[in-house]
Amino acid sequence: MAKQPHATPMLDQLETGPWPSFVTGLKRLAKDKDYVVDLLGHLEHSYTTRKGYWKGGTVGVFGYGGGVIPRFTEIKNEKGEPTFKDAAEFHTIRIMPPPGMHYDTDTLRKFCDIWEKHGSGLIALHGQSGDIMLQGCTTENVQKAWDEINEMGFDMGGAGPAVRTAMSCVGAARCEQSCYDEAQAHQKIVNQFLDDIHRPALPYKFKFKFSGCGNDCMNAIQRADMAVIGTWRDNIKTDDALGKKWFAKHGMNELVNDVIGMCPTRALQIKDTKDVRKDAHVSAVALNDSQSLEIDNKDCVRCMHCLNVMTGALNVGNDKGATILVGGHSHLKIGATMGTVVVPFISLKKDEDYEQLVELAQTMIDFFAENALEHERTGEMIERIGLVNFLEGVGLEVDANMVTNPRMNPYVRTDGWDEEVAKINAKKKAAA
Amino acid sequence: MAQPQMRKPVEYFLDNKKYLHPKFAANYGNWKTHDRPRPGVLHHISNTGDQVWSVRAGTQRQMDVHTIRLLCDIADKFAEGRVRFTIRSNIEYILSEESKVAPLIAELEKNGFPVGGTGNSVSMVAHTQGWLHCDIPGTDASGVVKSMMDVLYDEFKNEDMPNRVRLSTSCCEINCGGQADIAVIIQHTKPPKINHDLVANVCERPAVVARCPVAAIRPALVNGKPSLEVDEKKCICCGACYPPCPPMQINDPEHSKLAIWVGGKNSNARSKPTFHKMVASGLPNNAPRWPEVNEVVKRILMAYKADARPWERMADWIDRIGWPRFFEKTDLPFTKYMIDDWRGSRYNLNASAHVRF
Repeated sequence: MAKQPHATPMLDQLETGPWPSFVTGLKRLAKDKDYVVDLLGHLEHSYTTRKGYWKGGTVGVFGYGGGVIPRFTEIKNEKGEPTFKDAAEFHTIRIMPPPGMHYDTDTLRKFCDIWEKHGSGLIALHGQSGDIMLQGCTTENVQKAWDEINEMGFDMGGAGPAVRTAMSCVGAARCEQSCYDEAQAHQKIVNQFLDDIHRPALPYKFKFKFSGCGNDCMNAIQRADMAVIGTWRDNIKTDDALGKKWFAKHGMNELVNDVIGMCPTRALQIKDTKDVRKDAHVSAVALNDSQSLEIDNKDCVRCMHCLNVMTGALNVGNDKGATILVGGHSHLKIGATMGTVVVPFISLKKDEDYEQLVELAQTMIDFFAENALEHERTGEMIERIGLVNFLEGVGLEVDANMVTNPRMNPYVRTDGWDEEVAKINAKKKAAA
Repeated sequence: MAQPQMRKPVEYFLDNKKYLHPKFAANYGNWKTHDRPRPGVLHHISNTGDQVWSVRAGTQRQMDVHTIRLLCDIADKFAEGRVRFTIRSNIEYILSEESKVAPLIAELEKNGFPVGGTGNSVSMVAHTQGWLHCDIPGTDASGVVKSMMDVLYDEFKNEDMPNRVRLSTSCCEINCGGQADIAVIIQHTKPPKINHDLVANVCERPAVVARCPVAAIRPALVNGKPSLEVDEKKCICCGACYPPCPPMQINDPEHSKLAIWVGGKNSNARSKPTFHKMVASGLPNNAPRWPEVNEVVKRILMAYKADARPWERMADWIDRIGWPRFFEKTDLPFTKYMIDDWRGSRYNLNASAHVRF
């Protein structure tokens, strides 16, 4: 039995209503833990005064320079003693979940047992960083909890100016739209950068996110410094049986309004099946015995819309891999930037392909470490130095897929023009 | 004296193989198609004919161990002991037999976990830490989200929206909650209040000066002590100086307001990904249930639900109807603060004679 609970009239109001309540959960923990009794008092004080009262500090585990988020209370009496003394320290340990966030119940129960013993018993599955957030631990217990978690086979996530915990979608484990082995890419890249995750020494954070297709369920383009987005080079794969089934259920109006009319590049047309073009880059799916939906795959940008609507009837092709975008980040300091294309296509089929992806990531991290200013994200660095300098720095070829349109101003020195053209022509010749 | 023996960490990032449901492992990379038999349930079919049903339920994200153990008990008794979590903190149970779906749903609902969040529903809010744990929060996160999801409960459990709707909340302008169809984000309205007694000891002053996006901070001697001062005419109240220098308090119970942003889209489907745009601000930080915020969120959602065509995300809908009609339909005032003046802002102006009447 824990000590008497504090009055929490504000938080009590978050126990009503149908959605699961975190306050009810905290109160259950507070029955046994003075720690959580005081945490509730601390939080109620924030609700009453509309301010936060945690400050950072330095807490870590042996061997690592980051991964623990230290929190010390700032609610103190006139003598400088914590008002909520049992919750004076409320650190979080970030733990990297398995790629795709799959678990067996044994593993989750072990986390619960460890955190009930050493911590507050509050776990966020998962934080915005992609980590298992074990929330609420005293300085003294951080190492004990960590040792047991690490014995389970789990490793700590990133914090501060470091490579951060990565995220990947459910992908190949369950999704027919998966274009590569997201979990393998995720695991290989993280293992490459463990030192940069655990010992923050970069100019600022660097995030990897892996989405299996352009639906980008991991929000990688908006949020990741390096986004790996699944795509394919050959034709959209079609299944006539599923195409007919879809059309029988949804009809011509939905086909025209929801599929053809919404294709961003007008790559879709209805054709009499006998008139479907025979070109290699054209694919078609049957709608009934006489009509087909024709796709010009040269016009298609792999946006995923028609695949989302006509699930299974249309699907990703066989020549799969990923598009890599670099430089996504949120507002601070220059305003939010999207990731932009730096590799239009990297094949991801064989083990060597994944090794190549890891090498590319290493080159980018090295360039970032050398060239970014303090507290500057990759997107901001590219904004400052220009994409071409970045590409040349990491050894990537320019490609017209990297731009929405070519430059709109003449403010550029072009006396290397002839050499560039000669290089491009020589390459074309060599490839021919 | 002997040093205490410290355990060296084992540095290794695990793969997910041993955690996968056996059907996931057996059909890895070999799925053919899927459908949704009802809201909250995904039914996947592999090229070998294998089938799995995934049942999705909402959680409170910040879970006590008792809640997690209850979810595990349900997984062991009504499912097959394997679960996964979505990016929005929903739990998914994996079943290899359709007959297990209904009993599992009944058990989840009986225990207060709503089943839904799939397809064209409003899924759980991606959110941050807030007053519970963050060192710089302007508001709470879990509480705002709890109050929002109570209001949107039916929209989570049904698939009645034109397309999927993704929400986020963030307790400061850093926007850790991320881009979303509708995002609720703190918007400070007053410059930081500086405790000059503490700056010299707590803050690395050049780093703080460098952090300001508008160069409004400069070193100064205040009452004989080295400190920092803010040019309040330049200050945009973003709060960027507060994390590296806590004596520059930006949070204010009265003046830290909530803003609402719409039209963020992560997917590449149809249009390219988009960032969300500010459509309302000045809403009070009204704990514990933020009714003013919820009213505006609901209003935007209902306008979208009534007017968007099938498959239009919030951004696609606004792209079709135009911003003037968006503000008309949602009855939100379009103020001068919504006209962008940050770098690149001219791309957000209307350089055409395309005008809607």
